[in-house]
This record gives sequence, C-alpha cells and structure tokens, in this order.
Amino acid sequence: MRLFFSLLSGALFGAGLYISGMTDTNKVQGWLDVFGAWDPTLAFVMGGAILPMMVAWRMTRSMRPIAGGQFPPAPMPELDRRLIIGSVLFGMGWALAGLCPGPSIASLSFGGIEGLVFVLSMGVGMLFAPSVRARLDSMVPAE
Amino acid sequence: MQPEWIMGLIGGLLIGLAGAVFLLGNGRIMGASGIVGGLVDGSGRADRSDMWQRIVFLAGVFVTPVLLMPFVGTPDTNATSNIAVLIAAGLLVGVGTRLANGCTSGHGVCGISRFSFRGIIATVFYILAGGLTMVAFRHLLGVI
Repeated sequence: MRLFFSLLSGALFGAGLYISGMTDTNKVQGWLDVFGAWDPTLAFVMGGAILPMMVAWRMTRSMRPIAGGQFPPAPMPELDRRLIIGSVLFGMGWALAGLCPGPSIASLSFGGIEGLVFVLSMGVGMLFAPSVRARLDSMVPAE
Repeated sequence: MQPEWIMGLIGGLLIGLAGAVFLLGNGRIMGASGIVGGLVDGSGRADRSDMWQRIVFLAGVFVTPVLLMPFVGTPDTNATSNIAVLIAAGLLVGVGTRLANGCTSGHGVCGISRFSFRGIIATVFYILAGGLTMVAFRHLLGVI
C-alpha cells in the first residue's frame, strides 16, 4: 500500500516536472533572472502545485492517512540559522545550474553527462551536510 | 505546442496531486531533497519499508518522463556544459537543502500550501539568493 502510493506519487511528480518544463534549466534561470529575459512559467507551476496541496492539507483535518500512521505535526513556528543559511546556499546552487533536486532526478534519463555530474555532486553535498550542520551549530552559541 | 504557462499550470497541478497522494496516502510530506537525502546519508535507510518507499518514489520520478517522451516531445535541459559550475551548483544544492531541511517541493509546494512560516521564509530566501546569484554570475561575471 505504502509502496503503491510512493510509486504513484513519484510518477505524478515526474510527469508534472516534465510537462511543466521545469526540467529545462532555461525556464528556472529565466524565472530568477528578473533583470534579463524574465520567464514567469515557474510561478504558474508553483501556483498550480499549491492548489491541490491546499485541498489535501484541509482534508487531513477529517481523516487519517490511508496507509495508516499519523499526518505530520503542525509546522514549527520558529526560524533558525540552518533554515536561512541552507536556503541561501540552495538558492545559489539552484540559480547556478537551473536545477533543484526533483527536476534533476526527473531529467536524469535525458540530461546527459551534465545532469549526471549535477546529481552526483548533489549527493556528495548531501553526504557532507550532517558535518556542516554540526559545525554550524557549534560555531555560535545557540540563541 | 501549448503556450508555456498552460503547460506549467497543468504540470504544476500534477505536482500538487503527487504531493496530495503522498500526504493523504502515506501521511508524509513530499520533499525531493529529503527523500534523496535520507537515502544518501543513511537516515532513510535504517527502516527497510521507509527505504523502499523512497526508492520506489524516485524510480517513478525518473521513469515517467521516459514514458512520456514519445508524446510530449524531445526534451532538452539546456544545462550548462561548464563542469565546474555544475559541481559547485550540485554541492550547494545538496548541502543547502539538507541544512534547510527542504527544497522547492518540501518548503515551496508542501510548506506554502499549509501556510508554514518556515516554508514561506525558506522560499523567500532561496528565491532572493537565486535572483542575486543570477545578477552576479550572469550580468556581472557572465559565467552562466
């Protein structure tokens, strides 16, 4: 059951990324390039994706997950250093290559050596993330 | 070919549907960086069932575009061939998304749709950082 939902979700996600054009790095860089040839496509993708999710979050109030277990707890209200620094680093990398984790996997089959280099580097970055996180936490005393 | 914003909207709805299936079916937040990251750093491999859910999800993400290719057309990622830029970008995306505990799907799609303050702030910061990076590396340095 869980595997079925995972596969269905992954397949829909891959289809959506592909059809929306988000595997095209020009569209992502075009969205971020406000001072160049600005491309608004990403806003439509984001908006389109948020709508079904808003309905889904509302539905979580009156049901349990179909495959059992619990829904995620309410989001934490506090911000922290990791969230801000991590998001800034992610945004820089996202702009440099025009790829983020989802589309980089969705385009692996046709992205050539460039896509492979990006995904492998991303994996290395993820491997180092726990030690970077530990260093970041020990650098400045916690607020 | 349809206007690009229509394709974007249709694709976006499918992405949201994917997140809804993952949430309502498995009770989990669909975040690409978390699903990949857990497999890479081992935190998502401790539990066998969890590990296979991640693998099957990613297999779906990888395979569906291959199946759609004959109908939608030959895709092009138009990615830079500058290997140094690709490596730097990959490292930044890998470290950044794991530090922030989310990327465009987890914080962006799943976070904003539940009005999560952290998701909204993360999205604001990665878009701002991305915009400034475009200014610096495209318009000032001309690297990308």
